[in-house]
Amino acid sequence: MDFLSILSIFVLAVFVGYYVVWSVTPALHTPLMAVTNAISSVIIVGALIAAAAGAITDGGGLSQWLGLLGVVLASVNIFGGFAVTRRMLAMYKKKDKKPAASK
Amino acid sequence: MEHAVAATPAWAVLAYLAAGVLFILALRGLSSPESSQAGNRNGMIGMALAVGTTLALHPTGLLLIIGAIAIGGGIGWVIAQRIQMTAMPELVAGFHSLVGMAAVLVGCAAYLNPGAFGITDATGAILAVSRVEMGLGVAIGAITFSGSIIAFLKLSGRMSGSPILLPGRHIINLGVLAGIIVLTGVFAFDAAAGMGQGPLMWIILGLSFVIGVTLIIPIGGADMPVVISMLNSYSGWAAAAMGFTLQNTAMIITGALVGSSGAILSYIMCKAMNRSFISVIAGGFGADSGGAGAAKGDGVQKPFKAGSADDAAFIMQNAETVIIVPGYGMAVSQAQHALREMGDLLRKEGVSVKYAIHPVAGRMPGHMNVLLAEANVPYDEVFELEDINSEFGQCDVAFVIGANDVTNPLAKTDKTSPIYGMPILDVEKAKTVLFIKRSMGGVGYAGVDNPVFYADNTMMLLADAKKMVENIVKALNGGGH
Repeated sequence: MDFLSILSIFVLAVFVGYYVVWSVTPALHTPLMAVTNAISSVIIVGALIAAAAGAITDGGGLSQWLGLLGVVLASVNIFGGFAVTRRMLAMYKKKDKKPAASK
Repeated sequence: MEHAVAATPAWAVLAYLAAGVLFILALRGLSSPESSQAGNRNGMIGMALAVGTTLALHPTGLLLIIGAIAIGGGIGWVIAQRIQMTAMPELVAGFHSLVGMAAVLVGCAAYLNPGAFGITDATGAILAVSRVEMGLGVAIGAITFSGSIIAFLKLSGRMSGSPILLPGRHIINLGVLAGIIVLTGVFAFDAAAGMGQGPLMWIILGLSFVIGVTLIIPIGGADMPVVISMLNSYSGWAAAAMGFTLQNTAMIITGALVGSSGAILSYIMCKAMNRSFISVIAGGFGADSGGAGAAKGDGVQKPFKAGSADDAAFIMQNAETVIIVPGYGMAVSQAQHALREMGDLLRKEGVSVKYAIHPVAGRMPGHMNVLLAEANVPYDEVFELEDINSEFGQCDVAFVIGANDVTNPLAKTDKTSPIYGMPILDVEKAKTVLFIKRSMGGVGYAGVDNPVFYADNTMMLLADAKKMVENIVKALNGGGH
């Protein structure tokens, strides 16, 4: 892909983000931050490439380890971010539903 | 991309695109609590798709990689299960720092082994455009990292929340920022840098770590909702910059989503404080408030009415409508569970109970909502500022717990007040205001005295928030010992 098509995707995605985020209810702003944090860890893709490539190219040693460390950090975020978001969202209940004992 | 290692196959491009779409759906789900859990699942599927696709494209060194995922994933999962809901702001700040660091690591790895990322030209030099993206990605990542670390330290109380003002900090910050931008430009055209040599990359990285610290230390505790949203935004832009380097649509879409999400939240928070983004970033707000007692006053203690838990219980039992206004103080004393119990007891007596939330109550957007949800308060009893503010005029009791500045009517009348113009909850219009406060000493974050304390219809309940609410619960239960 050339730079301009990537830029087009980026600009359109900014607009999608703008409209989608404005539609998020303020009550869920904390889960919003937690889940955006989890999905921004998609940067793990870059770390995976570095970690995988380092295993086959010579001289990729340092870059392989940087990649692996990146994978660890991003994984903390991915698992932690999605799990904590799930935990929070499970707490939002409507009226009338019996306030059952929280787990 | 004339010299790429191998063009990404079409199925993989489509898979990354699908991951991006699933992330959009994950955010879309948050438009209501009912759809939010399905949304979160979409996010997880999207992430699994992105990771799975990458591993299928680069199936080498898998053992180490799976080990790395297991270690990181295990740590993250355990943290997510154990974390207290009141500690959410520092958790999110901590997670932001990890995204920032991951971006830095990916940028460095790409710089050291550009061939693997397909960003080299025929001579093996890194493409100039990739160097710009890489420089920006690493810089934003590093700022996100060190800035979030400072935010984490402040939010978790390991570092004082009060602003630290370096002399000439604006000059320092602007200078460092200009340095980063100029060096990134030089980096793009420097032949040695193209071959992965020379110190430029590392200087940019170092400067960015420094400015992350100097940007955040002058910003005080109550401005943290803006800071944390801003860092959220940065972590998105860092991911997007890396997405440009890797030409990966999933990363670009996600980066753009997260970047705009954080930016919108920052905007909402600034608007709720009637402050400009620039003035928050410049920092120093509330620097002179440090327990100065009845600041801005004549130094003489004005008369106020104090009450006990029994008085409060009696007043609320005989009310028809009670609106509860929680603030950061409720989070600090972990009073949310006792508060819900109080609400339940009042409702049993036929009192209508609602909760009113100011957008900047707490230390991050939506902080109060999560705490109330944790305490099993149904979300349809919790209202935002603009939806409930008109009801204070007709309500019998406004019960303020741990909030101060967001209820201060001076914001409407006193043009010289630092909080002038900030939208507030009109608690003073209620027939009776019950105001829980630790003591009459502190005057809130902005250092402004609140006339509500001394109003005829206000009863001050001076105690720790949780203790006071528990005592009210006891009194409501017919005890009143």
